[in-house]
Amino acid sequence: MNIPATLKYTKSDEWFDPVSGKMGLTDYAQSQLSDIVFVEIVAAVGDTLTPGKTIASVESVKAAAESYAPVSGKVVAVNEALSGNPEVLNSDPFGAAWMVQVEGADSSGLLDAAAYATYCEERAH
Amino acid sequence: MTYIPTSPAEREAMLEVIGVKTIEDLFKDVPARHRFPDLTLPPAVTEMEAAVDLGELASGNETTRDLVCFLGAGAYNHYIPSVVDHILRRGEFYTAYTPYQPEVSQGTLQSIFEYQSLITALTGMEVSNASHYDGATAVAEAANLAYAQFRGKRTKVLLSPAVNPQYRQVLRTYTQGMGLELAGDDPQADLQSGAEMLRTQIDANTALVVVQYPDFFGRIYDYSELITEAHAQGALVCVAANPTALALLKTPGEMGADIVVGEGQPLGIPLSFGGPYLGFFTTRRQYVHKMAGRLVGETEDNRGQRAYVLTLTAREQHIKRERATSNICSNQGLMALASAVYLAALGKSGLRQVAELCYHKAHYAADQLSRLPGYGLCFASPYFHEFSLCCPRPVAELNQHLLDHGILGGYDLGQDYPALKDHMLIAVTEMNTREEIDALVEILGEASHG
Repeated sequence: MNIPATLKYTKSDEWFDPVSGKMGLTDYAQSQLSDIVFVEIVAAVGDTLTPGKTIASVESVKAAAESYAPVSGKVVAVNEALSGNPEVLNSDPFGAAWMVQVEGADSSGLLDAAAYATYCEERAH
Repeated sequence: MTYIPTSPAEREAMLEVIGVKTIEDLFKDVPARHRFPDLTLPPAVTEMEAAVDLGELASGNETTRDLVCFLGAGAYNHYIPSVVDHILRRGEFYTAYTPYQPEVSQGTLQSIFEYQSLITALTGMEVSNASHYDGATAVAEAANLAYAQFRGKRTKVLLSPAVNPQYRQVLRTYTQGMGLELAGDDPQADLQSGAEMLRTQIDANTALVVVQYPDFFGRIYDYSELITEAHAQGALVCVAANPTALALLKTPGEMGADIVVGEGQPLGIPLSFGGPYLGFFTTRRQYVHKMAGRLVGETEDNRGQRAYVLTLTAREQHIKRERATSNICSNQGLMALASAVYLAALGKSGLRQVAELCYHKAHYAADQLSRLPGYGLCFASPYFHEFSLCCPRPVAELNQHLLDHGILGGYDLGQDYPALKDHMLIAVTEMNTREEIDALVEILGEASHG
């Protein structure tokens, strides 16, 4: 299970990068969903996000899920390429599969990598 | 064999959990005198006696077997090859449950896949779902798709007044509470100019434009320009089409439609007093994730053999819950099968032949009727197998007169369109002989003076 130390996490399995302001779904989330066949980013540039707001809709061969904003902030970019290559979410969840980029976000309430790793392990049992 | 799956012990345990002593206690809110009423039924009869009784009851009905039918308005009297019913009544199809388990559902899945393939070919579209209940609900699902596509940000649906009034009613019922504005079909709407009047009403808030092809009055329009205009405004266009007509005419897919739906009843399904019918629903590949219902796809099993599965079921309500676009998961399986068998039996040229017969017979009827003193064609536009006839007397009176002669007359358009008082919508299909058409002309001619 890949859990980069530089990122912050939520209990609904989103990651947030405090440096770049990007966010997406974690490696744990993609492994639970299995083969991703559809991603639709529903947040748009200019939107103001609040924590918990839906940013994307994700479907795999066996389930459908939503991705929620981990932080508040103003959307400055969305990953338009992702919907054309949804399988990238399986292969590169923390890189090419970023979903939305915001500015002015406060990530102080989020889990750090160690806490998120513990949380994932708890659910595995 | 009992069909109650719980044992007495299990029932006792459940009653204890919810805190009542007997099952009767669950009904205590129903007033005692209404509980378990005595049924005063007549003595039992034998099967032979019951068959006679039911036969007598049924003989009170007047059906298209006994009457000559010129009634259409959304449901049409076509010939159904006997092979359709033979296939339908096979137990493997007739009793099969929804094909969630592909290992034991290959026959049902293959028939749905073939149905989808035939419907996409007929409409000129890329994707068909496994069907809906009827044409009206299929139109309503088009509004659901458009609403979901724009995530509720566009709130106007433009309806041509020449869309079947029942479809428009069902659409209004379906979309209650969604915050959609349904416009374009008010009673004063211009009926002469076809869909042209809609073009000026398309704006940046329009999610969907709905037109019918041929329209409710039987008229044929090429909607290409309307669709281009709608796309320029970012709106989607749904064409509700008659499948028989599509064998003859340019497809809505060629015109650029985003969604093509329709009533599948003309494809091998009897009139049956209004149902069960079949709604077909097709769209472009890019909207498939917003499409309601289910979709069967072709794949390979672990031995490399061709196999069929339910594809994209992740969108269905039992998985997606409140985030599903529609609460329709099921499909009209048996009726979809009927239409697939019908289309396969007729083939491309056979269906075209049916369409040509309908077209030519309707035009012969319209030509003869419009020569009668006091009668005339209401619209000048090209039409398929149905046309609006202006009459010298109320349609209800004329229809009673026709019924006295064993003819089921046309639809009274004044019921839905005040401007079309004394207008009869007449449908002619391959089932109507020249003699029947001549009889219709003769009787209406006689009846013109009351």
